[in-house]
Amino acid sequence: MSGALPAMKTVNTAVRETAPMIELKDIHKAFNQGQHNEFRALKGIDLELPEKQVTVLCGPSGSGKTSLLSIIGCLSRPTSGRVRLRGRDISGLPERFLTDIRRRTFGFVFQQFNLIKGMSALENVMLPAYPLGGDWRQLRDAAERLLAELKLGHRSAARVEWLSGGEQQRVAIARALINAPDVIIADEPTANLDTALSLEFMGILEKLVDDGKTVLLTSHDPLVVGSSLVQRVVEMRDGRIVPHVYVETA
Amino acid sequence: MIFQPAIIALLLASLVSAALLAGAAPYALEIIRFWDLRSGSERQLALERRTYLLSTVASFVFATQVVALLLFVFNADRMAAMIVGAMCAVGTLSVNNFGFPALISQIVLFFAAVCWLIINHVDERSPDYPLLRTKYVLLLLLLPLVLVMAALQFRFFLGIKADVITSCCGSLFSEENEKLGGALASVPVRPAMIGFYSTLALAILAPLYYRWRGTGAYVVAALSALAFVAAIVGILSFLSLYIYEHPNHHCPFCVLKPEYGYGGYWLYLPLFSATAAGLGIGALQPFAARPGLSERVPRLSRRLAGFAAGMFLLFALIASVMIARSRLVLLG
Amino acid sequence: MKIWIEKQKYLIDYTLASLARRKVKNAGLLVVYSVLVFVLASVMLFTHALRHEARTVLEGAPEVVLQRMVAGRHDLIPPGYLERLGRIRGVQSQEGRLWGYYYDSVVKANYTFMAPNTEAEAIAPGNIVVGPAMARVRGLAAGDVLTLRAYTGKLTRFTVARILPQDSELVSADLVLMSSDDFRSFFDMPAGHFTDIALRVANPQEVRNVAAKLAAQFPDSRPILREEILRTYESIFNWREGIVLLLSSLAVLAFVIFAWDKASGLAADEKREIGILKAIGWETGDVIRMKFWEAALISVFAFLIGYLAAYVHVFHLASALFAPVLKGWAVLYPRFKLSPVIDGLQVATLFFFTVFPYAAATLVPIWRAAITDPDAVMR
Repeated sequence: MSGALPAMKTVNTAVRETAPMIELKDIHKAFNQGQHNEFRALKGIDLELPEKQVTVLCGPSGSGKTSLLSIIGCLSRPTSGRVRLRGRDISGLPERFLTDIRRRTFGFVFQQFNLIKGMSALENVMLPAYPLGGDWRQLRDAAERLLAELKLGHRSAARVEWLSGGEQQRVAIARALINAPDVIIADEPTANLDTALSLEFMGILEKLVDDGKTVLLTSHDPLVVGSSLVQRVVEMRDGRIVPHVYVETA
Repeated sequence: MIFQPAIIALLLASLVSAALLAGAAPYALEIIRFWDLRSGSERQLALERRTYLLSTVASFVFATQVVALLLFVFNADRMAAMIVGAMCAVGTLSVNNFGFPALISQIVLFFAAVCWLIINHVDERSPDYPLLRTKYVLLLLLLPLVLVMAALQFRFFLGIKADVITSCCGSLFSEENEKLGGALASVPVRPAMIGFYSTLALAILAPLYYRWRGTGAYVVAALSALAFVAAIVGILSFLSLYIYEHPNHHCPFCVLKPEYGYGGYWLYLPLFSATAAGLGIGALQPFAARPGLSERVPRLSRRLAGFAAGMFLLFALIASVMIARSRLVLLG
Repeated sequence: MKIWIEKQKYLIDYTLASLARRKVKNAGLLVVYSVLVFVLASVMLFTHALRHEARTVLEGAPEVVLQRMVAGRHDLIPPGYLERLGRIRGVQSQEGRLWGYYYDSVVKANYTFMAPNTEAEAIAPGNIVVGPAMARVRGLAAGDVLTLRAYTGKLTRFTVARILPQDSELVSADLVLMSSDDFRSFFDMPAGHFTDIALRVANPQEVRNVAAKLAAQFPDSRPILREEILRTYESIFNWREGIVLLLSSLAVLAFVIFAWDKASGLAADEKREIGILKAIGWETGDVIRMKFWEAALISVFAFLIGYLAAYVHVFHLASALFAPVLKGWAVLYPRFKLSPVIDGLQVATLFFFTVFPYAAATLVPIWRAAITDPDAVMR
């Protein structure tokens, strides 16, 4: 099955209906199970994310966007349901192996950027590759290259807390790309940026799409949701996907 | 009891080790009962996190015990100065009935712990944790061993009175002695040497054969254990004589002393690691046929086999060099 | 294997940077840790050096000493005993010795008086050789004259021929050597009498047989074995060391609680950092390993600092802080320089008293920090 994938990819790009990169089946996520304050964040999600497309999850806060995002990105495991990545069932994998898949497949850009203070921009970018134990020089060169591509080459030695918001986000993006993942996940990427910086982000997003990355975002920002780059918008409410607002914009 | 820092340290180490493992036991039981990898329930996630704690605790305890084993022998040797008639570790250990059992239990624990760590290693590298229940059952089985060892150590140290007259290695391992030690030491040199080298040769060839054909894992383990015994008998019966260049000095501990250039470490280090690797191959074998492990286990076992063969060979070479360099002539 | 090593290098790299970022907190831990190592190491180095000293001294001592007893008290050996000994199998040599104590009321201290036996060490009548501590207290130099009140009440003048070297001052500090005639007349001892008889036995296995024969031949005397003295010293030093360590186990316990507290009370920023690491692809095992390296680095530093400080303290500053407790209470405190001895067993023991409790105490807190949910940073 997986052996036939590359051939299918070329065919599918032509008809704009690619094979699902990620497939979710009846995903539930509950917190505080069995206690009086049990909270069910996701109540039966079925979703397919096609390869090399930009998908936006939107919905009010508390709708389960973030929970879904973290399950798709292998940050957490569903309470029940199946997650398939390129056809492989990964929902039963222990953390040790899930993490290995995650760091090779997904790059994360968090809303708060989550850079480690006191370290330089360059070190922050290199950090996700530390557990892989590759060659240090190669890693540093790759990180320098990514920062240069994001027009941050001159700031690579600066501590991250000295950088502006936009620069910090670009460091976070470089960090997400360091392990050359296929999928980029960004949580509310424009929430902390003004319009000019948001447009700059959309420019970077375009480049990522050109590079063939699959992108998944959460956002309320009309600038993002209404962008021509976005192929799909999935709206969520109360832990479920709202069926009729399942829009194909492109 | 003799108040001595090293004794306090050893007792502390066994006490903490036993307490940590005993504390881990309920968690191990919980994992054995409720483990369900297919589930994503919060309990399963919590159990999964616990596995990290248990592995860390077990590794810590076993690492501690390896160091403690060294310290135990070291300290026994040093304490000989305080015990009437004791001239080295043998004298100290035979001061009461718990010395040698404590040492032997510690050696057994060492080998058991290495086997457990090898199984743990294999398990943690397979995405479905196929040996998880097995390894925690085994961990629970190791707990009594640790407790027994700690108890023996306590009885041994608490029972030492400085004015007890003990036998030194000269009398324990001399030919007139009817105990096992004496019996081993009085094995005639030529048969002992033949047994020593032939068992070692088998223990070197078996893992090499295993590496080549992939069969005979249990034979490798059995021969490794046998070679360990043969090596100890060999050290007692003739190797020690060559090292000390004295026709009646049969001590297996004095080799560790600076007077003999710490030669013992060169003997015991390869011997213990070779035996541990050989036993590890046997410990893995029951799981070699499990789906998901049919590739991983033989690959690791092959590496262990190469290591075991190499270490046994090294041991045999070092022993031979020691014999060749000795000025003592036992065989005309 | 190469990847594994590279990975550990990365983890150590990160750990060092992380330690440097929290200098104040880690410096506090390092100081407490080092002080603990310092105290314990000082005790151990000190007692070990004393033991070593005693052993060095006793190495030259005779294997068996024969003392005559009168009504359970040590008495002089009358003339003829040496001859009566005759030849005992295994005894290399036997000689009568002259030695005793003298109380000097001027400095309120006890001296040990001795008459050396060998020709080489023979001292001319009227001359004495004194130990360095006594020379210091009485302000003596070679060539000076010292007047002491003999047991007969007569003031006796001695010329100081030379001062003994400092090498093993603990034993020679209060020593006064003189000729045997001077000794006997000073203490008013009849001629031909000795304090005790020293026997040399070459084979250690024979010592007990020789002692048994002596006991049978001279029912009024007791043989004292060197190995027994050695064993007594050993026990006393070990016992004192053990007691001090047992007392300091309270300190170890306090340290364990401190370490536990430090490790479990992770600062908010540190928790956040671990959360970030988990989120960007570090695994629980990676974080545990990173934390392990942190503990290892701190332990190595503290161990080195504490041990080196203890070494300097014991061997260069004469254990200024502990000597009164451990040495005993002779008035003439020998200002002694112990010969530096480092012992593997001792280092291993020290390790079990410091690093091991630290590691055990931080085990659970490290794990608890490492299992932070990777998606915690998104909530």
